[in-house]
Amino acid sequence: MDLTADFFSLFDLPKTFRLNLSELDSRYRDVQARVHPDRFASAPETERRLSMQWATRANEAYMTLKKPLERAKYLLELAGHDLQAESNTAMPADFLMEQMEWREAVMEARAGGDHHELERLFQRLTDDIAGRYEEVAGLLDDAQDYATVTDRVRRLMFLEKLLFEIDDALASLED
Amino acid sequence: MALFQIAEPGESAPPHEHKLAVGIDLGTTNSLVATVRSGIAVCLNDDQGRPLLPSVVHYHADGSTEVGHEARRNQALDPKNTIVSVKRFMGRGLKDIAHVEAMPYDFVEGPGMVRVRTQAGVKSPVEVSAEILKVLKERGETALGGELVGAVITVPAYFDDAQRQATKDAARLAGLNVLRLLNEPTAAAIAYGLDNAAEGIYAVYDLGGGTFDISILKLTKGVFEVMATGGDSALGGDDFDHRIYCWAIEQARLQPLSAEDARRLMMSCREAKEFLTKNPEAPISLRLSTGENIDLRLDVATFAEITRTLVSKTLQPVKKALRDAGLRPEDVKGVVMVGGATRMPQIQKAVGDFFRQDPLTNLDPDKVVALGAATQANLLAGNKTGKDDWLLLDVIPLSLGLETMGGLTEKVIPRNSTIPTARAQEFTTFKDGQTAMAIHVVQGEREMIADCRSLARFELRGIPPMVAGAARIRVTFQVDADGLLSVTAREQTTGVESSITVKPSYGLSDDEIAGMLQDSLAHAKDDAMARALREAQVEAKRMIEATAAALAEDAHLLNEAEATKIRNAIAKLQEAAAGDNRRIINIAMDDLGFETQEFAHRRMDQSIKKVLSGRKVEEISTGEEE
Repeated sequence: MDLTADFFSLFDLPKTFRLNLSELDSRYRDVQARVHPDRFASAPETERRLSMQWATRANEAYMTLKKPLERAKYLLELAGHDLQAESNTAMPADFLMEQMEWREAVMEARAGGDHHELERLFQRLTDDIAGRYEEVAGLLDDAQDYATVTDRVRRLMFLEKLLFEIDDALASLED
Repeated sequence: MALFQIAEPGESAPPHEHKLAVGIDLGTTNSLVATVRSGIAVCLNDDQGRPLLPSVVHYHADGSTEVGHEARRNQALDPKNTIVSVKRFMGRGLKDIAHVEAMPYDFVEGPGMVRVRTQAGVKSPVEVSAEILKVLKERGETALGGELVGAVITVPAYFDDAQRQATKDAARLAGLNVLRLLNEPTAAAIAYGLDNAAEGIYAVYDLGGGTFDISILKLTKGVFEVMATGGDSALGGDDFDHRIYCWAIEQARLQPLSAEDARRLMMSCREAKEFLTKNPEAPISLRLSTGENIDLRLDVATFAEITRTLVSKTLQPVKKALRDAGLRPEDVKGVVMVGGATRMPQIQKAVGDFFRQDPLTNLDPDKVVALGAATQANLLAGNKTGKDDWLLLDVIPLSLGLETMGGLTEKVIPRNSTIPTARAQEFTTFKDGQTAMAIHVVQGEREMIADCRSLARFELRGIPPMVAGAARIRVTFQVDADGLLSVTAREQTTGVESSITVKPSYGLSDDEIAGMLQDSLAHAKDDAMARALREAQVEAKRMIEATAAALAEDAHLLNEAEATKIRNAIAKLQEAAAGDNRRIINIAMDDLGFETQEFAHRRMDQSIKKVLSGRKVEEISTGEEE
């Protein structure tokens, strides 16, 4: 076990997209209970520094594995597949068209103060996203089809951002 | 209770020794010190039985000071030299401070934070806070009968890096070993949660004298996990006094007041506020130095009306924190009220209405933070408690970002990230042969740099000259468990490393701290050298004990040669600590630190392996999704 071990190994979990989240939670807490700086507050400097590095690593690992999008990206990275998220922004035209329609619907509902419509859009998108993660799970864990996953993950990045924007619009209506 | 026994050098301390540690609530209006005695957290009183120490420092012309109740009596007589609510100035520039016009001080804009000119010289908020801390430290040492191994000091959760750093500097100046800076609402949650064996989602609404915090925590068996935090580090009970003050001036049609009259009227307003927590109406009567009489009556309804915007100002961060945590008001199982200002009936009502439940007030809102801090200090000092062990996972309150092209912010570490946390970012040069690069770190949520707080500007130098875009500089931002930022940078292609300690734009340099330490010691009985030596001896003793304990537990991780090296280094340090040469002690400590590095690594590995072993792997892949 060392600081450069991958995030799954850190918690002794199999490198799969399908993950028992309550197991992840409890392992994360067990590891933090051992390495957290509060355990080393009166320890010599060397141990204090080491503890901070381990606790930092455990937090990073937990944050990455907890969120499905981050977990999928991380599995791609471990498999040596570059997402090229920044350099390659080309997406199929039909997907982009669909995105524009979503965005227009959100903007319209927001401008009209239509709380109910925003809630409906939020729920629809949440369901849509959940279905896509099912697909990603199969592609990663069963088929190991990384090329297709790369495409699906890039789409999900758009959709998660959209979901965040709807949530933002809902919050701004509440204020 | 067993008193602290100073072990003779060369003798390692018994393992069951109770370490003397305290929790300190360094408040805007009042401060407290508490400790754990026989497993129970208690506030330590002064010699007249009072737990609260007013956070007031009065400076005399000869440089001596009065702190607390005595100082507060001088507030009206000598307002210019009597500093109250200094917490509002910590890590702040003059332009950040509200109601400057109503304050009697002679402010000086310093290179770091604002300072106040007193008859004893120009004082920084760090020095003023250190005076308060010194009194609390002494109270703790007198009550416990020995030197403290350390203290947990609380800060508002919403304090930024500069304010936290200033607090830590003040503790250092007061000669306190800071075990941890702990967020005030988290401290309250510890005091509350451990006492009530609570489980579920809790909100801590903490309205102090000058700061407001809201924290949303998840309490599960043995774990306090902060899910989100928010607040306003310039909103508190003082603002309610100020509203009454403005109302009184308007009602009585007063001309601008002298500094002394203003201070006296402000005190009457505060008294009226406190009176209204139990009574329907409060009198405000005062004879001014001009001979004018003020004779007003303030009722609860009017008080609520003139402070309505302040109350609703606290609910905005509450909504935001809930949203950050992904929760609704009805998910919250209990609301803990902290801070004397939460006694105001309009606050209790507003919070109750928002969460649709009566807030919990079974712990004294003035003491709960100090009690929680003491409980945590006891744990961090390594004392076994009667209760179960617990783990605290706290977050960073404000996002950290970098300035990018066009004065925009790029987020590096988002708010509410669990600490400690780190993030590395890569930069490259944009000109051929470029050897330096400027980096500007800010804290805040806004997109424009100008709307965020500037934490540090620094320059990376010594980049090897290359063509534009060839150098790869990896900058790592590390936030430690105190919520403090440090930055390191490394040029990837050559491996040149430079470490930068972030000295906040509103902070003090190490030289300034050293200077203040000298100044403050000039007035103290013991001299600087003796104190530095004693500190080194205490540190050496701590290190020997910790290493001896580690050896007793895990000697099997070392081979004979390694163990001998460590034992020799311990013996050398013991010898050095018995002498009176601070430099030799420091060298011996460095040596022991070096010899134990590998041992520390192995112990950590063993610990993690232990916790993960004995689990069943087949439980895991059952595809539960969020």
